[in-house]
Amino acid sequence: MPALRFLLTLAVTFLGLLAITFVIGRVVPIDPVLAVVGDRASAETYEQVRAEMGLNDPLPLQFARYVLSVLQGDLGQSVSTGRAVAEDLARVFPATLEMATLGIIIGVALGVPMGVFAAARQGSWVDQVIRVIGLAGYAIPAFWLGLVGLVIFYANLRWVGGPGRIDLFLDGMVPVRTGLLLVDSAIAGDWESFVSAFSHIVLPATILGFFALAYIARMTRSFMLEQLSQEYIVTARVKGVPERLILWRHAFRPIRVQLITVIGLSYAGLLEGSVMIETVFSWPGIGNYLTTALLNADMNAVLGATLVIGAVFVGINKGSDALYRVLDPRART
Amino acid sequence: MTLLSVENLRVTFPSDHGPVEVVRGLSFTLGRERLGIVGESGSGKSMTGRAVMGLVAPPGRVTADRLEFEGRDLRSLPEREFRALRGPRMSMVLQDPRYSLNPVIRIGAQIEEALAVHGNLTAKDRRTRMLDALNAVRIDDPERVARLYPHEVSGGMGQRVMIAMMVVLEPALMIADEPTSALDVSVRGQVLDILDDLVKRRGMGLMLISHDLNMVARWCDRILVMYRGEVVEELGAGALHQAQHPYTRGLIASLPRLDETRDRLPVLDRSLL
Repeated sequence: MPALRFLLTLAVTFLGLLAITFVIGRVVPIDPVLAVVGDRASAETYEQVRAEMGLNDPLPLQFARYVLSVLQGDLGQSVSTGRAVAEDLARVFPATLEMATLGIIIGVALGVPMGVFAAARQGSWVDQVIRVIGLAGYAIPAFWLGLVGLVIFYANLRWVGGPGRIDLFLDGMVPVRTGLLLVDSAIAGDWESFVSAFSHIVLPATILGFFALAYIARMTRSFMLEQLSQEYIVTARVKGVPERLILWRHAFRPIRVQLITVIGLSYAGLLEGSVMIETVFSWPGIGNYLTTALLNADMNAVLGATLVIGAVFVGINKGSDALYRVLDPRART
Repeated sequence: MTLLSVENLRVTFPSDHGPVEVVRGLSFTLGRERLGIVGESGSGKSMTGRAVMGLVAPPGRVTADRLEFEGRDLRSLPEREFRALRGPRMSMVLQDPRYSLNPVIRIGAQIEEALAVHGNLTAKDRRTRMLDALNAVRIDDPERVARLYPHEVSGGMGQRVMIAMMVVLEPALMIADEPTSALDVSVRGQVLDILDDLVKRRGMGLMLISHDLNMVARWCDRILVMYRGEVVEELGAGALHQAQHPYTRGLIASLPRLDETRDRLPVLDRSLL
């Protein structure tokens, strides 16, 4: 029964998302007919194409048609690439997914312990340093950090690969399975490609990870401080529980639920908001695709990409909701 | 035999207007008996309990001329050794089980944790001891309760769980800090009964901290009356009516009685103090 409810809300949310992208498609000042026929077509041609595209039909019918085609995986043709939008997205989304996933792993792996230690040593120099890092994550623009990172680690130190996903002479050598270059090259056993892909992804992913880390560490710290002032922490001390266990078992366990929300939001943010980093690093991801599509008035591509980003957001939210139940006994009853 | 002896205990907190003393020169000794500490909110009675447990968090400062527990000087005890005392030798029941039990750990695991961090019992022995402890606080189906989370039990049951958790290691000193004030009147007596029974049977020293003069008079052998961080009077429990200090007398006078009708309860007259 809860599973059915869950699926139902998921379906309704997704329908709402489709309605939003549909409405956006109707209200933006881009004429989809004009994009196809060009501005020198005659009035008859224009009207004919308009009718062919179904744009004269009633809106509910158009919406139903839109929902149906999306369900069939048809997001229309992209005007700028000449390919099906779904096909384009299947190519660019994994690039973003790979970078954002590595970024969030870095952000969680460093940010959570940093937040916990900052809270445990509130007011100490460790705490101050971590707070400054958190502040820097808010204050430093992503593109600046990307450029400076490239100058130092790529141009000067030559520690990492430059822009792009992989060295040029290796591009297209790995058979595509998941679209995630690190995974595909590992499956193929092509370690040269793996190393090259890693050297390209490590800098942008670390920069994304830094922004995630700043946010996650700051939130972890404040959640932990709240927990550490609770009465059950006193109870644990009365029992003689060592500080290490008080931190991780008694204070950290209850905040896992809150942290999942924070991490989920942060991950969604990396997936949708890495446009700056993708631009600086010439990363062929969804942010780059969306920007190009917008500049070319490529409506189908814009809507398709928006839909994917929206779906990812919904998915992550629903996923963290489901995890709540696992981690918090109070949410189960 | 003296379990705890305290002389000139002071607890100080810094504030914007200079240091504030919340406990001001408290002295008492405690054997294997039941000592009641009464006083109004802010009289320093809870801080006294926490100072003895070594749980006054910085920036709070604890000083004393003497603070001895089972012959050991608590003032100079390293935190590691102090921690080894908490649980097995001294323990404390807190006020409200809704806040004092960890919401995301099962009751059984919370009790077993006390056993796990001290000593090296096997998992099986820990479980047996845990179930025994739940039994000792008159929980009929310990197996079921052990599997529950704190939000799934009532306040009275929660407080019994708390007591079980604190007696499972059989400490010599038990501090009970307002153990019943968060509970329904109907279960207060029951919880106190259990606590009293355990303390008596296992020969523990009990420090019962409360604002409830009647309750303390009924359950304790001796009473310290605290006011503004100091002991203003020390009484045998039966000698409550002989109280001399105006504060104690004021407290007693302000208690309502069943067998009388009064329009207005007398309020403590602080001008006399």
